[in-house]
Amino acid sequence: MATKPKQLATGDRTIPPPDAKMIPIYIMGKEYMVPETITIMKAIEYAGYKYIRGCGCRGGICGACATFYRFIGDYRLRTGLACQTVVEPDMIIVQLPFFPANRPSYTLDNIEGDLHAELRRLYPEVFKCVGCGTCTRTCPMDIDVMDYVALMKRGDLKGAALKSFDCVMCGLCASRCPAQISQFTAAMFVRRLYGKYILPKAEHLKKRVEEVKSGRYERMLEELRDKSVEELKKLYTEREREPDLSEPGKWLPDDKEHL
Amino acid sequence: MSGYTEELKRLIEKVEQTRPRRLEQIKRGEHYPQLTMEQREEWLKKYHPDYKDEGRRKISVGPNAGQTFPGEVAALLESESRLNPDEVDLSKADCSVDVLIIGGGGAGTAAALTASEMGASVILATKLRHGDSNTVMAEGGIQCADQECDSPYFHYLDVIGGGHFTNSPELVSALTNDAPLVVSWLEELGMMFDKLPDGRMKVRHGGGTSRKRMHSAGDMTGAEIMRVMRDEVRNRTERIRVLEFSPAVELLTGKDGSVAGALLYNLETKEYYIVRAKSVIIATGGFGRLHIQGFPTTNHYGATLDGVVMAYRAGASLRDLDSTQYHPTGAVFPEQNVGLLVTEKVRGLGAQLLNMDGEEFCFPLEPRDVESACIIRECLEVGKGIVTPTGRIGVWLDSPLIDLIHGEGTVRRELPAKYTQFKRYNIDISKEPMLVYPTLHYQNGGIKIDQWCETDVRGLFAAGETTGGVHGRNRLMGNSLLDVLVFGKRAGKSAVEYAKGVEESPEPTLGHVKRFHQELKEAGIESPQKGPVLLPDYTPEHVKERQWLQAGL
Ligand SMILES: Cc1cc2nc3c(=O)[nH]c(=O)nc-3n(C[C@H](O)[C@H](O)[C@H](O)COP(=O)(O)OP(=O)(O)OC[C@H]3O[C@@H](n4cnc5c(N)ncnc54)[C@H](O)[C@@H]3O)c2cc1C
Ligand code: SF4
Ligand code: SF4
Ligand code: FES
Repeated sequence: MATKPKQLATGDRTIPPPDAKMIPIYIMGKEYMVPETITIMKAIEYAGYKYIRGCGCRGGICGACATFYRFIGDYRLRTGLACQTVVEPDMIIVQLPFFPANRPSYTLDNIEGDLHAELRRLYPEVFKCVGCGTCTRTCPMDIDVMDYVALMKRGDLKGAALKSFDCVMCGLCASRCPAQISQFTAAMFVRRLYGKYILPKAEHLKKRVEEVKSGRYERMLEELRDKSVEELKKLYTEREREPDLSEPGKWLPDDKEHL
Repeated sequence: MSGYTEELKRLIEKVEQTRPRRLEQIKRGEHYPQLTMEQREEWLKKYHPDYKDEGRRKISVGPNAGQTFPGEVAALLESESRLNPDEVDLSKADCSVDVLIIGGGGAGTAAALTASEMGASVILATKLRHGDSNTVMAEGGIQCADQECDSPYFHYLDVIGGGHFTNSPELVSALTNDAPLVVSWLEELGMMFDKLPDGRMKVRHGGGTSRKRMHSAGDMTGAEIMRVMRDEVRNRTERIRVLEFSPAVELLTGKDGSVAGALLYNLETKEYYIVRAKSVIIATGGFGRLHIQGFPTTNHYGATLDGVVMAYRAGASLRDLDSTQYHPTGAVFPEQNVGLLVTEKVRGLGAQLLNMDGEEFCFPLEPRDVESACIIRECLEVGKGIVTPTGRIGVWLDSPLIDLIHGEGTVRRELPAKYTQFKRYNIDISKEPMLVYPTLHYQNGGIKIDQWCETDVRGLFAAGETTGGVHGRNRLMGNSLLDVLVFGKRAGKSAVEYAKGVEESPEPTLGHVKRFHQELKEAGIESPQKGPVLLPDYTPEHVKERQWLQAGL
C-alpha cells in the first residue's frame, strides 16, 4: 500500500489527524483543548499564543522555557522545560520566562590565591543553604543541585563544577530556594574558576599559539591560497589521515614540512 | 510500554519481520547498491531541495539580481520594510555608541568582548535573550589544529575540500590560522574543555577531517562557549550594554551610503528605538526557521535571515545563499523530538533506512545531500513514507540492528545522548526503530565579507552563520563554532578600528530603504512581503480563522 499524503505538517506547526485525541489543559488557569502527544510549548502555540518570551532553542538546552505545572486534584508542584515536556490531561501550566537572580560582578583575571574565599566573598548566601533539597527536586535537568551547593560550601570546586555542568540556567532552582540562593549563577562562577585555575592548561595549545603569533603559518597558507583547484584537489586526496586509535600527541605524518 | 502509537506499532512489526533477513545479508557483507554517479545527479536534481527548480526562483532586485534562491529566501530578499520610511522621524536618536552589534549569539558576543577590550562603547542588541541562538545548540565540537601532527595548513585542506573547493581562500586561511588563538582565548575565559589529566585537549575525528582536531565540552560544546562568553559580558556592563528582545528591523545609513546605526524594535512594548553608531556588526545567525520548502529544522526560534535582509537593502552583496545544509536524519517522532538531529554515527554503526513495508530503499551511507534526496523520494514520490499522528512523514531508521551486529549494549554505550532523548518518551532505540526525515540544519551562504569581515557597505561588518564564503557550499562539523569566534573577534576589531576613524556617526537616514522600495516598484513586484520577519508564525489555522476581526482593526 502506498499513500501519498495530502497535507503534511511542516515546520513546527502541528496538524493533528482528524481522529487525534484531544485533552484539556489549563494555560495560566484557562482551559484549552489540545491534541495529546505534543509538548507544552507546541500546545501553547496550538492554543493560539505567540511566543516572545519563554521560548529559545526549542531543543532543551537554552533554559528559556522553564515551566511550573500541577495536575488538578494533586498537591504536588512539578517543573519541566516546556519544549521537552509532553502535555497530559488536566495540567495547569505557567511558564517562568525570567527570574531575577543574584549575580555579582567580578574580574576573573584578578582572582588569585584562595578561590574558595572568593566564592564566600561573592556568594555568602551559598553558605546558608539549609539542605532542604527543594532545588534538586525542582531541576528539570535532573541535576542534584543541593549536592553541588554542598560541594561549593565544602570547597570542592572541581566537584561542584562537574556536578553542575549540565545546567541550562533556567532559574527554577533559585525560584524555589528558601535560603534565597541563586544556585545557578554561583555555579557558573565556580565552573569558570575551575576552567581557568584548576584544570591544567593545554601546553601543546600554548606552543601552537606562539607559532601562530610568530607568523609561522602565513607563508604556508599563502602557498595554498595561490594554488589552482586542480592542485588543491590533488593535495586533498593525497593527504594522510591520522589513525582513529592513534595515541594523543604521538602519531606524526610523513609530511612534516607543513607542521 | 512503548512510546509508539498502536498504528505505528503495527508498522514496526513489518520492520521486525524483515530484520532477520536483513541481518543475514549484513553478515554476508551484502548491502543495498549505492547509486551510480548518474543516478546521484538525477536524484539530487529531482528531489534535493537545493537542486530542484520547483520552489526556487530568480530575484530581480538588489546586488544579486538575476540569481536564483529558494522561494522563501527570494521573497524576503524582495521584501519591503516593515516601516514606511517617509513616516519615520530620525531627528532624535535614543542613543549613540561606537559599535552597534546586532545579534547575541556566538559571533555577536565574541565581537562585543573584543570591541570592549579595545576600549569602545558597545550596544549588543538581540532578538530574544542574550544567548538564545544556534550557538547554544551545537553539541559536537569545535575544530582547531593544535596537536603536534596537525597545523593550519592541513586544517585548510580539510575545510576547502569539504566545501568542494568553492570556499573563499582568504576566509579559510583566516579561519584556520586563528583557530588556536580563539581556543586559547576560551581556555583563558575559563571554559571547561574536555581534557586529559595533564591538560592536553581531548580530540576526535569529525566528518572529513584528516587529523583528530574536534575539541569539545561534553556534548554541549556550544552551550558552554555561549554561557562562558555571556558571563564575561555581564562583568563588563560599563562598556557593553545588552538590549534583549530588541531586534534590529532596519539599518540606518548616511547620505554617502555608509552605515549610521540601526532601528531597533522592542518586541514587548512595540516601540522603535533609534541607535546611532559609528560602525555596525551583523551577527544574526542562520535561517532555519524559514522552514525552506516546509522542512523541519534544528535551529533556534529566532533563526529567520533578518541580518541578510537588512544588509541586502543597504547594498551588501551575498554569496552561496542558494545552498542549504540538510541533515538527512532529523527525528519526526515523537513530536517533542521533531527536528532533533540523529547523528550520522547511527548509520555508521549499521542502522538501515526502511520504508513502510520494512524494506530498504537506499544505501545508508550516501553523502548527506544524496541520502536526503533518497528519503524525500521514498516519501513524496514513491509514497512509502510513514505518516505520524501529528501529520509528519518519515522513514524508519532501524537502530536495533546495531546491537544485533555489534553485541548487546552497543547502542547505550555509543549513543548515550540519543538513547536518553528517546527513552524519555518510552522509546528504546536499541529495541525499536526511529522515525526520521531530512531537517534544515545550516545556512551555507550569506553576506559577502572579506577576511576582516568588511561587507560592501562602508562601516558595516558581518560575522558568523549570516555570512557566506567560509564554508563554500558545504560546511564540515566543528568549523562553524570556530567561524563565529574567529570572525566574531575579527569583526569586533575591524569595527572598532573603523569607528576610530569616524569623528561622528553620519546623520542617519533611511535613504537606502527608499531606493530599495523604488527598485521593487520598477521591477514590478506587487505587494511584496514585509521583512525581516523576526519570528516564525506557528499559529494554527483553526485559530487564524477566528482572528478575522483583527483585519478590521
Ligand atoms: C542543533 C545544531 C547543532 C550544531 N552543531 C554544531 C557543532 O557541533 N559544531 C559546529 O561547529 N557548529 C554546529 N552548529 C552550527 C553552529 O552552532 C552555528 O552555525 C553557529 O553557532 C552560529 O552562530 P552565530 O553567532 O552566527 O548565530 P547564532 O548563534 O544563531 O546567533 C544569532 C543571534 O542573533 C539574534 N538575532 C537574529 N535576528 C536578529 C535581529 N533582527 N536583531 C537582533 N538579533 C537578532 C538571534 O536571536 C541569535 O541570538 C550546530 C547548529 C545547530 C542548530
Ligand atoms: S541547576 Fe537550576 S538553573 Fe540549572 S538547570 Fe537545574 S534548575 Fe535550572
Ligand atoms: S533549595 Fe536552597 S536551601 Fe534548599 S537545598 Fe537547595 S540551595 Fe539549599
Ligand atoms: S526552548 Fe530552550 S530549553 Fe526549551
